[in-house]
Amino acid sequence: MIKTLAKHIKQFTKASVATPLFMILEVIVEMIIPLLMSRMIDDGISAGNMQQIFITGGCMLVCALIGLFAGIMGGKYGAKASAGLAHNLREAMFKNIQSFSFANIDKYSTAGLVTRMTTDVTNIQNAYQMLLRMCVRAPISLICALVMTLIINARLASVYLIAIVVLGIVLTFLIKSTYKYFSRVFEKYDELNASVQENVSAIRVVKSFVREDYEVKKFNKAANNLYKLFVKAEGAMASVSPVMMFAVYGSLIAINWLGANMIVSETLTTGELTSMLTYCMNILMSLLMLAMIFVMLTMSIASAKRVAGVLNEQSDLTNPENPDYKVEDGSIDFKNVSFSYNKTAEKPILSDINLSIKSGETIGVIGGTGSSKTSLVNLIGRLYDTTDGEVYVGGKNVKAYDLKTLRDEVSVVLQSNVLFSGTILDNLRWGNENATEEECINVCKLACADDFIQSFPDKYNTYIEQGGTNVSGGQKQRICIARALLKKPKILILDDSTSAVDTATDAKIRRAFSEEIPNTTKIIISQRVSSVENADKIIVMDDGKISAVGTSDELLKASPIYSEIYAAQTGGSGDFDEKGEM
Amino acid sequence: MPGPMGGRNRKPDTGARAQKPMKVLGRILGLMFKKYTVHMIVVLVCIVISVLSNVQGTLFIQTLIDDYITPMMGQTNPDFGPLISAILRVAAFYLAGVLATYAYSRIMVNVSQGTLRNVRSEIFEHMQKLPVKYFDTHSHGDIMSIYTNDVDTLRQMISQSLTQIFQAVITIVSVLISMISLSITLTLVTLAMVVVMLLCVRALGSRSSKYFLAQQRNLGKENGYIEEMMNGQKVVKVFNHEEKSIEEFEELNDKLYESAYNANKFANILMPVNAQLGNVSYVLCAIIGSLLALNSVGSLTVGALVSFLTFNKSFTQPITQVNQQFNSIIMALAGAERIFNLLDEKPEEDNGYVTLVNAKKENGRLVETNEHTGLWAWKHTHQETGEVEYKELQGALVMDDVDFGYNDNNMVLHNIELYATPGQKIAFVGSTGAGKTTITNLINRFYDIQDGKIRYDGININKIKKADLRRSLGIVLQDTHLFTGTVMENIRYGRLDATDEEVVAAAKLANADSFIRKFPEGYNTVLTGDGGNLSQGQRQMLAIARAAVADPPALILDEATSSIDTRTERMVQDSMDKLMQGRTTFVIAHRLSTIQNSDCIMVLEQGRIIERGTHDQLLEKKGKYYQLYTGKTA
Repeated sequence: MIKTLAKHIKQFTKASVATPLFMILEVIVEMIIPLLMSRMIDDGISAGNMQQIFITGGCMLVCALIGLFAGIMGGKYGAKASAGLAHNLREAMFKNIQSFSFANIDKYSTAGLVTRMTTDVTNIQNAYQMLLRMCVRAPISLICALVMTLIINARLASVYLIAIVVLGIVLTFLIKSTYKYFSRVFEKYDELNASVQENVSAIRVVKSFVREDYEVKKFNKAANNLYKLFVKAEGAMASVSPVMMFAVYGSLIAINWLGANMIVSETLTTGELTSMLTYCMNILMSLLMLAMIFVMLTMSIASAKRVAGVLNEQSDLTNPENPDYKVEDGSIDFKNVSFSYNKTAEKPILSDINLSIKSGETIGVIGGTGSSKTSLVNLIGRLYDTTDGEVYVGGKNVKAYDLKTLRDEVSVVLQSNVLFSGTILDNLRWGNENATEEECINVCKLACADDFIQSFPDKYNTYIEQGGTNVSGGQKQRICIARALLKKPKILILDDSTSAVDTATDAKIRRAFSEEIPNTTKIIISQRVSSVENADKIIVMDDGKISAVGTSDELLKASPIYSEIYAAQTGGSGDFDEKGEM
Repeated sequence: MPGPMGGRNRKPDTGARAQKPMKVLGRILGLMFKKYTVHMIVVLVCIVISVLSNVQGTLFIQTLIDDYITPMMGQTNPDFGPLISAILRVAAFYLAGVLATYAYSRIMVNVSQGTLRNVRSEIFEHMQKLPVKYFDTHSHGDIMSIYTNDVDTLRQMISQSLTQIFQAVITIVSVLISMISLSITLTLVTLAMVVVMLLCVRALGSRSSKYFLAQQRNLGKENGYIEEMMNGQKVVKVFNHEEKSIEEFEELNDKLYESAYNANKFANILMPVNAQLGNVSYVLCAIIGSLLALNSVGSLTVGALVSFLTFNKSFTQPITQVNQQFNSIIMALAGAERIFNLLDEKPEEDNGYVTLVNAKKENGRLVETNEHTGLWAWKHTHQETGEVEYKELQGALVMDDVDFGYNDNNMVLHNIELYATPGQKIAFVGSTGAGKTTITNLINRFYDIQDGKIRYDGININKIKKADLRRSLGIVLQDTHLFTGTVMENIRYGRLDATDEEVVAAAKLANADSFIRKFPEGYNTVLTGDGGNLSQGQRQMLAIARAAVADPPALILDEATSSIDTRTERMVQDSMDKLMQGRTTFVIAHRLSTIQNSDCIMVLEQGRIIERGTHDQLLEKKGKYYQLYTGKTA
């Protein structure tokens, strides 16, 4: 995990190395200053030597300047290195996610990925900065201060050694016991937020069922549990600072007493005593700092794990070694295909699929909810790999093609349509970056989208909001179809893509398809008989298997499922939507 | 999508400063003191004790050197007795300080976490009371960010910043007093250096906070971009758009890096600058102090100078501390203001007094009962006389010349007239945006009408308590939402006291039983993430089961079966029709086969009812309905 993250320091290696170096310089200066202070008191003030005071004072000012320089540089490089690592991690994750297959995408939720790329990376950034700036500083400062006290007076310094050992043991114990609570706290915290999220999006359900009080009670219980855990965790943490103070004060008392004795017996000077007291603060503060770093780092381990998880996720669809860059035609063959989304599933989603589709044919796919219509067509563009058997496009196995080439030729209009924020033209050009405006208008005419787009005040430059919230469902579907057409694919797959478009327009779109792009293989999944009725072949899916294949007339005789759907819908084949535009 | 779309009115409010910081701070303190008055007083007292014990320790160094060590020096037989008792006295003060520190740290845990719990509960409770309109006009991301980011920054402020600042202020005051008592001249020198420090801090701090705000803004932008792309990730793949989106992302990412780097840079520089200025201040005081002490100007002794120098060091430290907390306080106040804005949002108003009760017939008279009888009555308590009147719930719904708009100057529904007699099935058809869902939102009072009357069994729905009105209407919404929990719990959401058998029966009715049983854990399968692992159709069936188990007197189905295939839909429809026999049902559907057998079909266009009648009547009319049904123009 650390290795995975460390790989991404890259161009910020220099800053990452420079930061601790400058921090060491700062520490050294910090250590020299108390020494100078004691010199000033003993040789200057106590001895009444003004010249000595000026000399030591001058030295101190020089040290302060060096310290200032080191501190500024350390701060600058620390910020650079940590912000840089965060930058690289976000970029690496985003790039890796772009290489994910559909199966990889299914694994993560949108919210989960967003948290990983924002909150988690910020945690790592803070931890890294702490690591660079403090992790070197604290131990060095500790060691230097100890050495200094040993030089000044070894007997007095032993007081610190005892304090450090005692404190170290107590702090380790405290941190260990709190860490246990903290990891549980964050888990519960996530759960609480998840339930809020649920309530926000389902507020209409809550209100319709008059469950406000029920939800409030549920939430209060969860919030109270979280409170108890937090109190336990932070309650243990609360003793850290008094324990620290106890050690500091204890040492001070001991030094005062022993020091007084030594001064009286003339084995110690007043200046040395004050220096010892200054170092006392240094030593114990460094120790506290170390403890804090430890807590911070352990807390960010969870974030690091999650980020590393995304970075190490390997796309399970890979390009072949010598990919084919040409798809001959739009013919499709399924040979003994079965498929399931996860390998441990008992029952496959698709089984025993054998199918042959000629280039340029129009194929209808119909069947009940959960009969795996979508799963079937997803295999054609190699959005998923088959579990068993092979799929061929243009006579070649889909696994032999370059993925980009294959997906350019197999254009899918997904069931879950998404438009992106930007103008309609921007959205259309996803299909082909270099398409001219005429080409865009052309495909929109094919998809029956031109009319309503022209009615917008800004026409093709109308701005689409995030998620396409400012166009209606039917309009969105037609823009999505146009976008797919712009690729000029050999195979066009419409996955229930006209469900919000009224029957008449739907028919018009299909007519345009057969007239304008006769050589493209068209696969239409629909719940509407009228959408598939005139197809060259209709595939009836049932429970992951092909139940029947044929023309509408053939199926009316042969397939009870088809006949039933047909009977239910004909006569009243109308769908009532999208007739009059908004 | 009902109502003005969420997200459209979104204000980019992350990374903004609080409008009225002092007022917000006052409210936060109010929250802490109100529930934890005694705790807070103890905390404040303990902080004072802790600080004073530290200061007395520092003062002791002077006494040690001047009063004990110096006189003893050179004595052949020094008496350590007075020194021992002095050190024991100091030790006792120190011990009090340690205990006080433990006490306030421990109490503050309860106070801060308790306050946060109360704040969370208060936000949630208040949120549940807000009208639907609030959720339609605020993006869900913004609302969530109040619970996560804003409460988090508040946590930091309450549990760390406030105590630290109070501690720092006490330290500064007590150290200042001690310094003045030692030497006024040196105190003035120290204060002059503090002014220099503050100027530096201000210069650096304003730059730093400028970049911090920029960082928050850039983070927000990048967040939005990631969210959009992750949502559309599959489309990105299908269109081979990966490289393009990486390019766009990198641009945002570079900007974020730039501002994060600068923000942290200035924040990091602050500390060494302060520390070194502190050292300069020390040197100045040492030199000036020595000049004074050696030339015996004033009453400065060597011991006092040494003590003063220690104070000089401990004076600059709390000032640095306050500065460090400053940024986090600014951010916390901005967050707290968003919290208070939500709490100040006006809750849904409810002036209704007619309630819904279970009833049974006794000697032809309606009597209230606690059992679930399948018979309901409106309980009408007359305000003046206190007389109680029961009226059987029948499900007659009348809309009389209703006008409605989401805001007053843009009406979306005009002159809606509707008469549903008990037991009728009323259908609404029309294109997206014609106002179908809006009408149902008026019946259950998610929104209130501008003009006209809506009567339920002859009672103006404004007089019915909202909770009871909604309990009388089972609703299956266009967007299905499920909750984290088992399938059983999700269906039981409709009626909390439903038995397992009743739940299974409802699931069978919705045709959901068979697929639920296929799950490895059956009805105990835990659904997470809004039932993300179910298909849209399956989720709709669960939503129908949830409404069915509620066994409501009237039902609203808003595209309830749109993702269920026609075969299954017919089965669901049949059992629903059975269930709804004798109960009023409102159906919205774009699939005409769903609504053919309705008693009355309303054709809506641009917020007006343009045709109404039964299926046959409408076909005969050869109007809009005929046109849509047959696909032909008349």
